[in-house]
Amino acid sequence: METKEFTIKWGMAIDLDKCTGCGACMVACQAENNLAPIADASNKIKVMNWITVYELSNGKPYPEHDVAYLPRPCQQCGHPPCVSVCPVIATDKNEEGGIVSQVTPRCIGCRYCMAACPYHARYFNWRDPVWPGGLEKALTPDVSVRPRGVVEKCTFCHHRWMAAKDKAIVEGRDPMDLPEGEYVTSCTEACPNGAITFGDLNNEEHEVAKLASSKYAHRLLERLGADTQVYYVSRREWVLRQLDNYLEDEKVKG
Amino acid sequence: MGKNYSLPADHELFPEGTSRCSLTKFSIWMGLVGAVALWGLYAAFRVLAEGLGVTGLDDYFGFGLWITFDLAVIALGAGAFFTGLLRYILNIDPLKNIINLTVIIGFICYSGAMLILVLDVGQPIRAWFGYWHANVHSMLTEVIFCITCYLIVLIIEYIPLILEQKQLNRIPVLHHLAHNLHVWMPLFAGIGAFLSTFHQGSLGGMYGVLFGRPYVLRDGFFIWPWTFFLFVISAVGSGPVFTVLIATLMEKMTGKKLVSWEIKSLMGKIAGAMLLVYLVFKFADTYAWAVDVLPRSGLTFDQNFYQTIYGKWLLWSELFLCGVVPCIILLTPKLRNTPALFYSAALLDCIGITINRYVFTVQALAMPVMPFDSWETYAPNWAEWGASALVLAYGAIILSLSYRYLPVFPQERALNATKSN
Repeated sequence: METKEFTIKWGMAIDLDKCTGCGACMVACQAENNLAPIADASNKIKVMNWITVYELSNGKPYPEHDVAYLPRPCQQCGHPPCVSVCPVIATDKNEEGGIVSQVTPRCIGCRYCMAACPYHARYFNWRDPVWPGGLEKALTPDVSVRPRGVVEKCTFCHHRWMAAKDKAIVEGRDPMDLPEGEYVTSCTEACPNGAITFGDLNNEEHEVAKLASSKYAHRLLERLGADTQVYYVSRREWVLRQLDNYLEDEKVKG
Repeated sequence: MGKNYSLPADHELFPEGTSRCSLTKFSIWMGLVGAVALWGLYAAFRVLAEGLGVTGLDDYFGFGLWITFDLAVIALGAGAFFTGLLRYILNIDPLKNIINLTVIIGFICYSGAMLILVLDVGQPIRAWFGYWHANVHSMLTEVIFCITCYLIVLIIEYIPLILEQKQLNRIPVLHHLAHNLHVWMPLFAGIGAFLSTFHQGSLGGMYGVLFGRPYVLRDGFFIWPWTFFLFVISAVGSGPVFTVLIATLMEKMTGKKLVSWEIKSLMGKIAGAMLLVYLVFKFADTYAWAVDVLPRSGLTFDQNFYQTIYGKWLLWSELFLCGVVPCIILLTPKLRNTPALFYSAALLDCIGITINRYVFTVQALAMPVMPFDSWETYAPNWAEWGASALVLAYGAIILSLSYRYLPVFPQERALNATKSN
């Protein structure tokens, strides 16, 4: 399977031992990326959250009982299952930085990409977005709102990267050599525990690259071969084991 | 010449030498079907006006009843291209007695599937992007290309039948047009067979390439996963008997013999032979999936099933009750020529293929791939059922009008003359 490589590879390392499941990342993401509130959010698999926090349990009774929380943004796969299936190239892995794009004005809403993504990172606009009580005045101006009938997903706050590059160009700096921290996603910024680290996985100076190379860092469903750009860090063996499917006699890799 | 008032008011439009029920009876029937269609139209209106939020679909089940319905009717509509191939390219002459019906059913199935897709696609106005921004790597692109082109072929195949309507056929230009289209029919049958084979395959390929979904992931040959070939063969293994079932249903409703038993039996034999080929590959495929695809994905066989709703009974029913059993009946002359067994086998065959399309569409999405995720269940709501009923009603209307006014069944006169003697 071919994996697209880029000079810069934006990635994330999420420390599952630091995440408390507070959901600040989800709220920050919703506000930053203009996700419309949903009138009836009782069906949790019909609610849009580009980043969703899952609860993991070791399944043991007290006192051995243990839980972990796993925030799941789009994994920005190097070999994305969603890109090759899209009939209209409304999603692509073709831009420096390695972020999987989503071209909502081109999406026909067939939802084949949603069927292809094993991470459930893709969401459909089931109804027209409604902004109650003048909420439209608080929209992020750099992020387009989406109509009903199209699929959308986490873009690693791509507009922030554009802004950071613009700023570097104006200041006469190389936009392809941003200092660490100049471009981070809204969820990274919002996490009160610093569980999310964002940066260039190809830049050894970046903290995220160091974390990703740790023996405690695993990727989600690695054996499927999607070659994702999000790493999960935990020192708990049972947590790492739940990041992929293992047969009973198989040991956790790493 | 005085008018015969005992004949239906529209009897001048009937095919030569046939009789039909009264116009009042026909109108009542059309009214009943029309009422179902109206309900479906209301559902369609709600979906188009308010969005897909009115359906039971969600972010786990982006595909549901409609895609299952589409895949099933496209497979069952395969009688059109396969019978056309056998009749016009391989010259199996007796099939001329059922070819018209296969074309009409094919047309209904494909145009009906299109109708559903208009609702199922979130932005139907952008449907042409499939051509304009085509992604040649996507199996769905091939499906879009082939289905739209094949529907055009089916329309071309349907037109001469419409032009052969008794009154229309008296107009010289239409008579000659129909005749010339018949002359060219082997060409269209060939194009139809080519297009249909590829999109039946691509529909299967759509699932087999999903490497993020071990439930449907398959290896394959060159760019085509095994599901590509399985979907083609299963379609030709069920489409012919679906046509026979529709013909028989029409016979029951009209009280007439429309297709001779020999033709039905021949269609059953053809379907049975293709079903046998399919089952050989399907068993091999299921075995390879269980011992290779699943273990390398870190999954066991049992993890692919869940309670009753997505239980193993679906797989066993598909393989044995709706696969092996009808195959044996259809291929054993003595059993095949027992009508009750024959029709049961035909029905089981069609159910088996529908189960296959259902589990590939819905169960694949219900199954959690991330270990900490859970099984989800899906039930279609009224809007999805309504739109599906609309297509069934639409099919009934097309078939009813075609039967009443077009010379669909070449054997009808002879069979019913024999019956009255």
